[in-house]
Amino acid sequence: MKILIAGDGKVGMALTHELVREGHDVTVIDSNMNALRMDLGRYDVMTVNGNAAALNTLREAGVEQSELLIAATSADETNILCCLTARSLNKNLHTIARVRNPEYTEQLFTMREYLGLSLSINPEFSAAREIFRLLQFPGFLRRETFAKGRVEIVELKIPEGASLQNVALNNLYKIAGVKVLVCAVSRQGKVEIPNGSYVLRAGDHVYVTARAINLAQLIKNLKIETQKIRHVILVGGGRISYYLAELLLGTGVRVKIIEKDPDRAARLAELLPKASIVLGDGSMQSLLESEGVYGADALVTLTGMDEENIVISMFAHTVGVRKVITKVNRQEFSYIFNDMIGSVVSPKELCSSEIVRYVRAMQKQTGQVITLHRIANEGAEALEFNVDDEVQWCNTPLKDVPLKQGVLISCITHKGKTVIPDGSSVFQKGDTVIAVVTSGRVIQQMNDIFEE
Amino acid sequence: MNIKIISRTISSILFLEAIMMLPSLIWCFIDREWDVIASFVVSVSLICLAALLLRLFSRHANDNFQAQEGFLTVALSWIVISAMGALPFFISGQIPNYVDAFFETVSGFTTTGASILSDVESMSRGLLYWRSFTHWLGGMGILVFALAVMPSSKTGSGKLYLMQAESPGPSVGKLTPRLHTTAGILYGIYVVLTLLCILFLVMGGMPFFESLCTAFGTAGTGGFGVKNDSITSYSPYIQNVCTIFMLLFGVNFNIYYLALLREGKSILRDEELRLYLFIFLCATGIIAWNIRSMCLSWEDSLRHAAFQVSSIMTTTGFCTTDFNLWPPLSKAVLLCLMVLGACAGSTGGGIKTVRVTLMSKILRRDILKTLNPRSVVLVHMNGRQVEESVLRGVSSFIAAYIILVGGSFLLVSADGISIEGSMSAVLACINNVGPGLAEVGPMSNFQELSEPVKLVLAGDMLLGRLEIFPLLSIFSRHAWNRRM
Repeated sequence: MKILIAGDGKVGMALTHELVREGHDVTVIDSNMNALRMDLGRYDVMTVNGNAAALNTLREAGVEQSELLIAATSADETNILCCLTARSLNKNLHTIARVRNPEYTEQLFTMREYLGLSLSINPEFSAAREIFRLLQFPGFLRRETFAKGRVEIVELKIPEGASLQNVALNNLYKIAGVKVLVCAVSRQGKVEIPNGSYVLRAGDHVYVTARAINLAQLIKNLKIETQKIRHVILVGGGRISYYLAELLLGTGVRVKIIEKDPDRAARLAELLPKASIVLGDGSMQSLLESEGVYGADALVTLTGMDEENIVISMFAHTVGVRKVITKVNRQEFSYIFNDMIGSVVSPKELCSSEIVRYVRAMQKQTGQVITLHRIANEGAEALEFNVDDEVQWCNTPLKDVPLKQGVLISCITHKGKTVIPDGSSVFQKGDTVIAVVTSGRVIQQMNDIFEE
Repeated sequence: MNIKIISRTISSILFLEAIMMLPSLIWCFIDREWDVIASFVVSVSLICLAALLLRLFSRHANDNFQAQEGFLTVALSWIVISAMGALPFFISGQIPNYVDAFFETVSGFTTTGASILSDVESMSRGLLYWRSFTHWLGGMGILVFALAVMPSSKTGSGKLYLMQAESPGPSVGKLTPRLHTTAGILYGIYVVLTLLCILFLVMGGMPFFESLCTAFGTAGTGGFGVKNDSITSYSPYIQNVCTIFMLLFGVNFNIYYLALLREGKSILRDEELRLYLFIFLCATGIIAWNIRSMCLSWEDSLRHAAFQVSSIMTTTGFCTTDFNLWPPLSKAVLLCLMVLGACAGSTGGGIKTVRVTLMSKILRRDILKTLNPRSVVLVHMNGRQVEESVLRGVSSFIAAYIILVGGSFLLVSADGISIEGSMSAVLACINNVGPGLAEVGPMSNFQELSEPVKLVLAGDMLLGRLEIFPLLSIFSRHAWNRRM
């Protein structure tokens, strides 16, 4: 598929990487020649130098022959204008714009068609929602939803001395008490899809498929973290903080935001009268202590600097804050300190995987991918498929279906009822199926998970 | 520097070369020349063996492929395929001296067309076919061919450097997002034009084998003929077909792609194409007027002038007459055309019209800047601003070119031939033209030169074809350093 990406920043680069890997013809537009030259050396793409919202540049990039335009420049207005212009040149073009300013949220919702947008993405809001969901169940390091929110894949770490330690997966049901499926285990950085005799050890990161209504029960039976989060400290008062604070305050959680810029602090105080806003540098240990870091249930670091976020999170982790969430933009080195900073949320990754999902869904193939989540530090993918006429092995018990190496079917939704499958389960036309695949192979449609 | 990935690429190129040798066998079979078949079989097996050894050595190569690797791969591949491509000539004994065979093959791959053979017609057809086919492969570039036929890797990181190093011109752009498709389109255009050329030649009554070889020589702008007197003895129709096709292959191939997209306006506005055609017309006019007393009719002098201008300007090197006997003005015009060369992105050699255009624009800017030091002047080409790095590249290319021509001239003149002879030999080789003047003129050849001088000239041909810097990079200490 021919795809144009306008803007070669963090998100643009991540998207280029993903989409080229999936085999699309990508053209990158940016006004900065040096950024483009970097890209040319690294990826098999075409580059066009110029203003992405200008007619000439879009023409030169071949907008007439393209199927999708993703506008991800740093300015919202440019992105919208870019999509508007491109749509006027090519009526059948799909357009995705990154729009971050909360002041535009409403008009985007009502004027989407008028503005020529197929999809608008707000990475900060996605990140805030993601963090909010993590705070709901502090025992889980990550949560990914499938089947319209009915099924989730959650990540948990097995601590020293936990009840799950040294348990073979065959016996999991006895402890968990609800029907769940371990679909991937990351042990010392290596991701595996386990079988029934696999024995869990302390330090493993385990990815569990469970029905959403069973999550609370699961937490309780596993005796991981049951206490609810009531006091949260947010370090840094950017857009994510604002969105997150709104969500948290809505559920009655007490929020404290530490921000060092006086203007912004004042603005937050005006927008969020229920939150307590503190003016100060959140990277100072003394300030954190005096603002009650020891008493907080959770701490979320949201400053603009990755390094600052990581250091503050490590500090909070050492002093025993129960739930620590770190915002990291560049995930390149994150595996080094993954165990020390709790959950990691990356707006860039969220945004790019949301777009990749859209792109995969655009290629109207058989056994379409409807949801895609990267799990285990990108070591595996969880994909949700629609089962239609073309899909092979319908109505065959799973134990007889020849799956490829490193593929596991972890959930089947049949007429709104979700089933955690075993060897005798079958999938039928009209069902949705969730499969977990260790990364390295690109799965475009459901038939790709079967042996030839 | 990642030596393993370089070896792996070279090994693929060698396999490709072995496959490309096979069609020559057809002509050997038709002529029942079993000893030539044997020499081809031995050569192909040797090439495959070398390729296998390289593949074995590069088993665990990682994919780190950057500019450094790209340039080294191109430079080394060209040397290796020339050395290997010379094997059939040497083993069959038809060119008994290996240095001569190497010279002939380098001349083939670089599309120079300078020959050491005094009697081409006595050679067997299988070898003649291979000799002309090297032109065709070298014209568009064998690595570009590899990019076009081999499946593209998922990320394709760094492969652009291969194309940049091999394709002529100051800046290489992609036509499509994927390198694989770009290379495929370029080769598609090349194949179609070559087939058209063969068709027109056969229609003019040229025997099939000869039209194949002549078409390869024309397409790659090479210049190896299958007759001792090149194109002289063919009919005027065939000579005119060659004139037109040489001119066509000297045009930037992007122009043909634009034609496919029906962007007529931007073709007409292309500054390089306009200058190229303008120079062709002017030079033809001057020479036709200058040689009018030597020819039978106006038509005759115009045909010879147009053929020779087209042949020398696109650096092909075919000839219809001994231009060595022409008056000094015509010879001087031809020498200038040799240096000027064809368009960037074509199969021709020389400095390239676009570089001359840019150089004159740089000069104009610098004059303006001397007169008015505070003025800000940008250089534009086809309505777009040209990046400063491209301009710097043009200046340093021309400087390196002058130094190399001077150095080679000194070395070649040690052989004791005339000044005109040695100067034109160097220019004919570094610009990939082929025939020069005086001792190395169109009706004589490079046989009489000594072996070291032949090697110097072979080096010049490679420098000219790869546009100097990729080849010079081999001699840089930094190219071989471990990357830190």
